[in-house]
Amino acid sequence: MLKKLNNIGDSAVVCDFGDEVNQSINNEVIKLFHYVKRQAALGNIEGILNCTPSYNKLLVSFDLAKTSSKNIYDFLNSIQLKNLNFKQNKKTWIIPICYDFEIDLENMSRELKLDKEEIINIHLNSIFFIYMIGFVPGHPFMGDLDPKLFLNRLKTPRVKVPSGSVGIVEKFCNIYPYESPGGWNVIGRSPTKLFNAKDSVKPNLLSPGDTVRFKSISKMEFNNYINEQ
Amino acid sequence: MNNSTFKVLRPGINTTYQDEGRFSVQHLGIPTGGCMDHQSFLLANELVGNKKKYGVIEFAYQGPLLKLIKGKTKIATTGNIFFKITNLNNETIIGECNRSYNLNEGDSIDILATNKSTYGYMSVEGGFKIESFCNSVSTLSKKGIGANNGNKISLEDKIITNTNRKNENNFKASILLDNPNTIRVLKGPQYNFFSEKSKKLFFSQSYKVSNLTDRMGMRLAGEALKNVINTNIRSEGITKGAIQVPADGQPIILLSDGPTIGGYPKIANIITADYDLLIQKIPGTNISFKCIDLKEAELLYKKKRDNISKIIKNIKEIN
Repeated sequence: MLKKLNNIGDSAVVCDFGDEVNQSINNEVIKLFHYVKRQAALGNIEGILNCTPSYNKLLVSFDLAKTSSKNIYDFLNSIQLKNLNFKQNKKTWIIPICYDFEIDLENMSRELKLDKEEIINIHLNSIFFIYMIGFVPGHPFMGDLDPKLFLNRLKTPRVKVPSGSVGIVEKFCNIYPYESPGGWNVIGRSPTKLFNAKDSVKPNLLSPGDTVRFKSISKMEFNNYINEQ
Repeated sequence: MNNSTFKVLRPGINTTYQDEGRFSVQHLGIPTGGCMDHQSFLLANELVGNKKKYGVIEFAYQGPLLKLIKGKTKIATTGNIFFKITNLNNETIIGECNRSYNLNEGDSIDILATNKSTYGYMSVEGGFKIESFCNSVSTLSKKGIGANNGNKISLEDKIITNTNRKNENNFKASILLDNPNTIRVLKGPQYNFFSEKSKKLFFSQSYKVSNLTDRMGMRLAGEALKNVINTNIRSEGITKGAIQVPADGQPIILLSDGPTIGGYPKIANIITADYDLLIQKIPGTNISFKCIDLKEAELLYKKKRDNISKIIKNIKEIN
């Protein structure tokens, strides 16, 4: 399924799996990610600094002092993706969400021609797959939403979205780990801490390939979660 | 082997601990970070005789004012900065960059300003006593990651070194300052998203470095580029030096603390050999881009590394 390799600058190569975004392609990306990361850790390929999987691509960045694009191309071209045996220890998470903290439900309800309750119910009944983590530490990009909830980004992104906000755009759902600017339609807020800057071994709660379901909680329960952390 | 302690009398601007950066964690959303100017980082450690690549102090535009309140140590500064050292008898000397100095208890070092450059560095013999996160001390203050509890160095902080002075000798490096405003790039993966006219414009016009520039990114101002395909792409992994062009047509160069994935088309990428040169450009500077190919970029990087090795080899002992 790996379509082609391209340079991004002189110190990174991107493995392109095509334009489509779906879970089976993303599973292939994650499979290649784990394989390359392992080979680098075993010392079988020198100079790899980072492997960054996204929806349908894997970025391999390297130290130009130790290797070169040619070596990385040769290494990546030698991999028989279909022969790789890889069983990921995928986890299922129940993430609490308080819909009282929504910002955009009113507009969404008008645009989607659905009651707020219906929107919440569809979201609660969705089983999300984590495609990738990134942009900022711990930030998950998840899918796939029911087509009934497909929406575009906000025309004017917000300057500040509170940390923990859960947003949706197109078939994707995210959780903002930090207060930041953002253009997603915010339907609620989660008290779950996604990133721990004190834990060097496992700073992230979630991993690509994991499954997430949401559980509706009240404002009081939300505050209890925050106080427990 | 005792520690020495500095007290921060003025923190300076964006003063943080930085090493070479944090690797193998970009898939967690954690940027590499690390010293913006790699050559200055390497040199800072060499000048105080550090065999390891210890974290150093990085600052932008203005450095800290530090007083050595306990012990002795050896420091060095790199970059292009103006600083003074004052002893207990109030005797002041104007410091020289790219060399080391022995400091005694009661001495202060006042790093007043960077000179026609953005970043400067201060190292100490034996390194600083600081904690690491994911194998790096580099501080990402906006996310609370790294040394000093993930914070910038602030007023009244205590800065503790690992060991006190081992030898009295000082060292000096000679650097030829060559500071061109032409930055070399490789064409980016979405180069063809831009109109023929805009492709030419990108390489012919001069861009002003805007003051919306920090460790995360450098925003440029020039005549807007026209995207004829799509102003958004599917978010994908990115690296420092990527030149993204959002819908307004004004390029943003992603730097060391930038996002780990990005969804804007990349017209070009800064070559690794020119990254240190780029990040030292101060707001208001006019820069332009020159397109080269991969082979040349690799050769230029090798040349740059050879040059750094030569500078390090030619470090001379003084007094």
